[in-house]
Amino acid sequence: MIPELGHFALILALCMALVLAVVPLAGTFLRMPAWVALARPLAWGQFTFLALAFGVLVHAFLVDDFSVLYVANNGNTLLPNIYKVSAVWGAHEGSLLLWVFILSSWTVAVAVFGRNLPEEVQARVLSVMGMIAIGFLSFLLFTSNPFERVFPAPVEGGELNPLLQDFGLAIHPPMLYMGYVGMSVAFAFAIAALLGGRLDAAWARWSRPWTLVAWVFLTIGIVLGSWWAYYELGWGGWWFWDPVENASFMPWLAGTALVHSLAVTEKRGAFKRWTVLLALLAFSLSLLGTFLVRSGVLTSVHAFANDPERGLFILMFLMIVIGGSLLLYAVRAPDISRGGGFATVSRETLLLGNNVLLVLMTVLVLMGTLAPLLYDAFGWGKISVGFPWFNSMLVTFMPLMVLLMGIGPLTRWKQQEPAELVRRLRLALIISVVAGVAVALPLLGDSWSVGLAAALSLWLVATLLTGLKLRLRARGGIGSLWQDFAGRGGRSYYGMWLAHLGVAFFIVGITVVTQFDVEKDERMSPGQTIELAGYSFRFDGVQTAPGPNYKAQRGTVHVSRNGAEVALLHPEKRVYQVQRKPMTEAGIDAGFMRDIYVSLGEPLGNGDWSMRLYYKPLVRWIWFGGLLIAAGGLLAASDPRYRHLLQRQRAGARDVLPAGGHA
Amino acid sequence: MRPARKKRLYLILLIVAGVGVAAALALNAFNQNLMFFYSPSEVSAGKAPPDHPFRLGGLVTKGSVTRLTNGLTTRFDVTDMDKTVSIEYTGILPDLFREGQGIVAHGKLRDDGVFVADEVLAKHDEKYMPPEVAASLKEAHDKGVAAAAAKEVKP
Repeated sequence: MIPELGHFALILALCMALVLAVVPLAGTFLRMPAWVALARPLAWGQFTFLALAFGVLVHAFLVDDFSVLYVANNGNTLLPNIYKVSAVWGAHEGSLLLWVFILSSWTVAVAVFGRNLPEEVQARVLSVMGMIAIGFLSFLLFTSNPFERVFPAPVEGGELNPLLQDFGLAIHPPMLYMGYVGMSVAFAFAIAALLGGRLDAAWARWSRPWTLVAWVFLTIGIVLGSWWAYYELGWGGWWFWDPVENASFMPWLAGTALVHSLAVTEKRGAFKRWTVLLALLAFSLSLLGTFLVRSGVLTSVHAFANDPERGLFILMFLMIVIGGSLLLYAVRAPDISRGGGFATVSRETLLLGNNVLLVLMTVLVLMGTLAPLLYDAFGWGKISVGFPWFNSMLVTFMPLMVLLMGIGPLTRWKQQEPAELVRRLRLALIISVVAGVAVALPLLGDSWSVGLAAALSLWLVATLLTGLKLRLRARGGIGSLWQDFAGRGGRSYYGMWLAHLGVAFFIVGITVVTQFDVEKDERMSPGQTIELAGYSFRFDGVQTAPGPNYKAQRGTVHVSRNGAEVALLHPEKRVYQVQRKPMTEAGIDAGFMRDIYVSLGEPLGNGDWSMRLYYKPLVRWIWFGGLLIAAGGLLAASDPRYRHLLQRQRAGARDVLPAGGHA
Repeated sequence: MRPARKKRLYLILLIVAGVGVAAALALNAFNQNLMFFYSPSEVSAGKAPPDHPFRLGGLVTKGSVTRLTNGLTTRFDVTDMDKTVSIEYTGILPDLFREGQGIVAHGKLRDDGVFVADEVLAKHDEKYMPPEVAASLKEAHDKGVAAAAAKEVKP
């Protein structure tokens, strides 16, 4: 009975979405305030029913209701409770339910925190989000109902894929979805603005904090995914240029471009058409990501068994969204006014460069990801695009981008005197070039790529410090730091500062770990010691250890350095009881400066095992950098000026559209 | 043309030229990094490039997995149910590697016809079959059915 309630709630949510998509939007055009006012309650209604449906599915997993097919396939009585909950989004139907649930949460967030928006703008945004919800809810109801029953009910469930029984993966999908779906808010703002024909700096100011928050979630989601892959897949890689990873990276790149372009539109009123286009692009790429993950058209390490017909549905939806929004753009774009002009040397130009590079990278990643599909469709053979290609693309464009990233914040809007800019950059340039060359010399690093990374990250740090010094000097010295931070526009600046610093950490982490990691696959007998990167690894054999729903072969490895014990690691090989799948659980000694990583291969007889030993310097900097980027975005989004300005705008808008309806 | 417009034109030309060069470089590198997929039948027929790395996939033949003397080198056969190719791989095989499982290997063909892999991929999900492997299995199966039908007609 309870699962039917969930199903019924889904149907009601779809009804709500249908009304939400049509009535408030029509109301804004027909000047029917009562219709417009429906937007917020409808958003709440849709959210309530989806929360109910989601809760019902969680409940079904917790009480092991195997009469529900989805629970029977993915649940199990032996699963620890946390994984019973995360099993809800462990497979197709449930993860889609999570998708729409998060969409409805974002919709409600716009209804609550967007109270400062002009009534009609908010109504249009909510309506557009309702349209997206229609697409996904009908997908859910017509092709992938999570509440489908099975008769007779099995006694025991099929269990969640063991690979997903992990804390990192319990939270990775919700974070990533928050990001993917959050891009729909930026999209909805853009569509609402196109519909209303009012696309100005105010629009950019409204959508900027939303876009930032979505982008922050996307960043965290990607960082978590990378971290999970590192410790769970058992071979120490943290990024594979896998289609599904690319699917999350492309909206991130487009979102990054959007965040920067929105800054120009807000501050200077320029780049409006471009910004709108980016907002459409970022969400379309999020949908494409969903399509790639859910259709199984590409060979991928993430490819769990899935269904091509469902892919077709998402593809159709994707075409409608992209086609429809581009059509609207084509009709409306000529009306968008041109923004303020700017000189060749100005912050606008540098941000334009940043946007061009980011979009170029997006296009290249898209090409590398979709090329196998195109080649196959045209019968040119079955291909895959090599890992090295993506890396070389990143290595080619990243330095250019970092160069601009250093100059941009030190450049004035509209017009910058070149001589003054050179004076500001001189010190940073000298420091980074000297340090870079020194590191590249045989004495220190003996690697040009490490030299380049050192130069780039120092360039970033030095220009950031220069910028901070200039900013504080203009505001009365270092003592005014806190006051500046708390003031209007302060958090935006310090958010940028933190995020760019994160990039510096990221670059150093990536380069050092790729250049200096040491890796050994070895056959080890109990008692044997192997030296690696100055550490001794002593293998003390493998014992059997039981787990809640698996049996583990548990190895013991003593790691020591110069005779002193550094870490005691227990890599495991688990076999899960239901699916009989082997799983490698690496033993990791994590540190800010280095990770030591040990994983078990397979038994070779006589207690011998094949073992994988790694020394990974600075690998944590990659994720630490990513988290700094996210923290910076969050700080920028919390800037008080958005709230103040929104209130002012609202006061202004009241005059345009009287709430009483006597207009 | 006003100087401001002229400046903007130069800026745009610069960007177009930059993007053009970047695209040309990217495409060139792209072609060198393509890895084609070949099925065991295609490799047996000599269609695979002898000196360029490619991907080979199929089902691991039952009973074919052997470990070479004491080290970490494994040798096994993959089949598309028509032809079979031997693969040698040094290192630790993925968790889901086992006999009967569909796998994809990256590597090069050695002179003696053995495929030396530098990477072996088996998937997260045992129900999952790499699309390339599924297609080549189907192809080989269709061919087998056609051959059987032809045999039946002839005598």
